[in-house]
Amino acid sequence: MSDTIEQDAYGHVDVDQVELSAELVEAASVASHDVAEYALWLGDDSLVLAQNLGWWISRAPELEEDIALGNIALDLIGHARSLLHYAGAESDRTEDDLAYWRDEPQWRSAHLFEQPNGDFAHTIARQFIAAHYLFELYSALMESTDATLAAIAAKAVKEVDYHRDHSIQWVLRLAQGTEESRRRMITGLSDLWPFVEELFIDEPLIDRLEGVAVRPSTLEATVLAAMLPVLAEAELEVPRGFISSGGGRRGDHSENLGPLLAEMQVLARAHPDAKW
Amino acid sequence: MTIPPVPYAIAPESTDTVSAEEQQFNDLIAADSRIEPRDWMPEGYRKTLIRQISQHAHSEIIGMQPEGNWITRAPSLKRKAILLAKVQDEAGHGLYLYSAAQTLGISRDLMTEQLIAGKARYSSIFNYPSPTWADMGSIGWLVDGAAICNQVPLCRASYGPYGRAMVRICKEESFHQRQGFEILLELMNGTPAQREMAQESVNRWYWPALQMFGPPDDDSPNSAQSMAWNIKRFSNDELRQRFVGMLVPQAEVLGVTLPDPDLRWNEEKGVYDMGEIDWTEFHEVLAGRGPANARRLQRRRDAHNEGQWVREAAAAYAAKQAVKAVA
Repeated sequence: MSDTIEQDAYGHVDVDQVELSAELVEAASVASHDVAEYALWLGDDSLVLAQNLGWWISRAPELEEDIALGNIALDLIGHARSLLHYAGAESDRTEDDLAYWRDEPQWRSAHLFEQPNGDFAHTIARQFIAAHYLFELYSALMESTDATLAAIAAKAVKEVDYHRDHSIQWVLRLAQGTEESRRRMITGLSDLWPFVEELFIDEPLIDRLEGVAVRPSTLEATVLAAMLPVLAEAELEVPRGFISSGGGRRGDHSENLGPLLAEMQVLARAHPDAKW
Repeated sequence: MTIPPVPYAIAPESTDTVSAEEQQFNDLIAADSRIEPRDWMPEGYRKTLIRQISQHAHSEIIGMQPEGNWITRAPSLKRKAILLAKVQDEAGHGLYLYSAAQTLGISRDLMTEQLIAGKARYSSIFNYPSPTWADMGSIGWLVDGAAICNQVPLCRASYGPYGRAMVRICKEESFHQRQGFEILLELMNGTPAQREMAQESVNRWYWPALQMFGPPDDDSPNSAQSMAWNIKRFSNDELRQRFVGMLVPQAEVLGVTLPDPDLRWNEEKGVYDMGEIDWTEFHEVLAGRGPANARRLQRRRDAHNEGQWVREAAAAYAAKQAVKAVA
């Protein structure tokens, strides 16, 4: 990294130069209103999940997990920045305008991502579902006719592949470790499973983005086909019962999102004219 | 951030009879060469290093907290990403240093036990709270800056694994310091409220950062052995002086005032004269009565205790897999 960064006479490196230039897609094109809305769906999912994961740093069960969860959160922030940057161009808003100055009903994330961290098993269950979903989503989105979305997906898919592997390893360990860990893994999975279905709901927006967006209902089979063998190996049953009504894509959220946004936005909103 | 602790006293080894292996050790030190894990070393040397390296590792781990405190509230996504990466670096430094200490024959589990039992030291600087965003700037600029002054000479420490670990850590720390400086620069170029936030934060961190170099030389008789063993290369006061000399021009660029009315250039000596450091406060914090000692240790203890079932699960799973592999 440092080889390519220019230093001034004082050896000072401006953080803008190490800003995630590699992670930000050069978005020459401006998304249409509908594409921007779709980018918001995906960007909000990643940012809300990253915000939740960021809590774990300095609290994880092992140092290696502080690093791993931090790394996953960092990847997700990178994806969110690219997507929000793209989503905002249409309305002349920056990634930070979108992240810090929208209220709860304007957020488009699905309910899965805003579910609380819970214990480590809950976080792993959420990661297991999220990473499988994101992997199949980005794999399909690489074929998008929208070049920017396709490029973001091509980069993100490699990273969420690692997130997927990380979650699989932990599902196996926890399910087949000790009695306590198995009990907790079962609880975590059954608490998070109700939020799977919302990920595959086709909203009217999708009808207007044929070839650009990935139709959520088409992902259900592949996501489940990837997850179920892992659950079988872990000797975990697919939870049944309550299914969340969802609504995140339309701005209907659970009670979890408000406090999460309040914390994330508090400093930025206290200084509306400030740059950071 | 990374702060090597002040080395402590070890009585010099008896020199009545010098064995062949001890002579070899002495020769390596005299030639300013590296001691490696396979080499014979005096027990005092080993103990000094275990204590210094593990304290250093603990400092990295506890040091994640004051900055981790702001990850969820960072005021822009760029800052959030940078801060997250920085705190993650610190976890990596901790791991790296624990590994270096392990080459001396202590386990990571034991070091962790010592930390959460409150028996091990870590740098006192992390017992100060970080109530404002500007503290992310001050920690990078002042705390990591002081750490670098301490650590660059440690890259030449006689114990190979420690010296090599420090080379890598110093490279990252120097980036951390610049990002801290950059946060403060942005604040000082910002709104009146931002400028006030930056100055207030520098006021709080300046003196504790100077204390990071340890007690004055005439009150630090313990450093002599570490210097003889080529673990420590410069005295506390020399390093502190070097640090202040580095800060003054940077503070001018930032436009912040260093909170020391007695700070002025001494033409005759060619260094900055500075005001008296409050060593009473230093000793209070060291004794566990600093503003955030209890909170920092409790957080580490909670993370450890609440993660116990996860570590047990991982160990049980690994054992079962090993049995399967054999069968």
